[in-house]
Amino acid sequence: MTSLAISVKDLSKKYDSGFAVSHANFEVPLGTICGFVGPNGAGKTTTIRMLLGLISPTGGTAEILGESISHPEKYLSSVGAMIEGPAFYPALSGEENLKVLATLGGFPIERVNELITTVGLAGRGGSKYKTYSLGMKQRLGIAAALLPNPKILILDEPTNGLDPEGIQEVRDLLKKLASSGTTVFVSSHLLSELELISEYIVMLRKGEVVFAGAMKELLLQQQPVILVKTENLADLKKIVEIAQADGHHATIRSEVAHIEGPAEWAGTLNRKAFEAGITLTQLAPQLPNLEETFFEMTGDRS
Amino acid sequence: MIRVVFAEWRKLRRPTLFFGTLGAALFFTGLTNTFLYLMIDSEDGNGDRGRQIGREVLNLAGGSVYGFSSVGGLLGVIALCVFAAQTAQEYTYGTLRNLLVRQPGRVRILLGKLIAMKIFALILVVIAALVSIGISYFLSDRAKVSTELWFTSEGFQEIGKTLLNVSISVIYFGIVGMVLGLLLRSPISAISIGVLWLLIIENLIGAVKPVTLEWMPGNQLSTIAQGGSPDLSYSHALILGSSYVFVGAIVATVLFSRRDVAN
Repeated sequence: MTSLAISVKDLSKKYDSGFAVSHANFEVPLGTICGFVGPNGAGKTTTIRMLLGLISPTGGTAEILGESISHPEKYLSSVGAMIEGPAFYPALSGEENLKVLATLGGFPIERVNELITTVGLAGRGGSKYKTYSLGMKQRLGIAAALLPNPKILILDEPTNGLDPEGIQEVRDLLKKLASSGTTVFVSSHLLSELELISEYIVMLRKGEVVFAGAMKELLLQQQPVILVKTENLADLKKIVEIAQADGHHATIRSEVAHIEGPAEWAGTLNRKAFEAGITLTQLAPQLPNLEETFFEMTGDRS
Repeated sequence: MIRVVFAEWRKLRRPTLFFGTLGAALFFTGLTNTFLYLMIDSEDGNGDRGRQIGREVLNLAGGSVYGFSSVGGLLGVIALCVFAAQTAQEYTYGTLRNLLVRQPGRVRILLGKLIAMKIFALILVVIAALVSIGISYFLSDRAKVSTELWFTSEGFQEIGKTLLNVSISVIYFGIVGMVLGLLLRSPISAISIGVLWLLIIENLIGAVKPVTLEWMPGNQLSTIAQGGSPDLSYSHALILGSSYVFVGAIVATVLFSRRDVAN
């Protein structure tokens, strides 16, 4: 029995225009929530499609629950997935759409109503899919992914179109699933959301994995930053000089001094600024977060 | 595979699709039979391509299903549209990825869909046959056509034979639709190209050079429904039509099995 939910070795997909995914390597342990992030076009969806047997890799291998992705029939009955948003038949009701998939996968039909309630669509299951709002479509997509009672749940942007309450519900649902042993592999552009729930993170940039490992490990690699504003703008330069004299890297961006250094050093800086006759209007130590780290590592602020 | 059949059937049985398709089939059935009997004495003809179908033909044991066999080609066009739409929409809606995640056996998906659509088409054919025979019987008196031989054992044999031929033809048309749906991945393109070819291009080419009709796929399939025609033998139409369908199905299946699902 493998302890890995997903294991990817040198996985590549090359098109005529170049690599969509290039020699990707990462592992996702069982029972964890793993965030899958990268700028648009980084190769996230291509990777997910390869893991689900929808497209063939041009190089490398991958295993899901210890089974090679060249035999998707061996593991897909334990996998739930929503790829690139929900996709259903518009003329059928939400309930009937789920019944099509339940019939196809050989899952109990009774599970459909249970899941419709779980994702908050009770009372609307009988309405045609084409009448659903984006948020409702997203919820139905999540319900479809949960149909097999999956050991691994692969979700591509599951919170797209959801309101803040819906986002929180999905977050709670994913946490609950992970606590019951389900591995959740989730891509999202809401990095702050992923930071709240993910223990592991895989970061892609231009088809290459730039980081794969524990979230804590990733954040530890980044320096905390102290943000400083002064009453007199001209004093910002002096603040940078004070920081640099103490061996801290400092820059001025948008009338704010960004000083790399531990939060505790903020006290020293405050004292030194006072001694230099500088009045600070803001002194804010900031712990590294996924968003900043993401921008730092992918070089993408779009 | 049986799960694929049942899943596909859930989509096919929805009232708008089922009754909409049945309505179209019955409209053409009614129209063809009405022309056949009410214009029996018209000099412009009362059959396919202006042919004159007289009482001596309709009085025969197979008279009850003559109209039904004539409408077989049109029922086939309806089947082509349904099969093409049901196949290609999986691409346009993006639902193919859901199907393949739940059933990764691609050939199994195709066969399951095909079986479900065949059942759908056969139900339509049987209902259309019953309605066609009913209309023919109802109009026979007015057209002074004798129904004496229609319901003899020979008459029932003719009904069975015609039902089989129309079913083969309709399913073949459907498979052509499915192949177009798989190749073009768009319901609009698949249906428009299919219908344009079968109803317009083949007839235009045939009008300019009639000999080409011996080789045109749509003409072979319509001729199967009619059990042969004065211009084309049944065996020729069956062999050539089956070959076209078989080759098309093999090419589409191989492509579908190997092609990446990227939408």
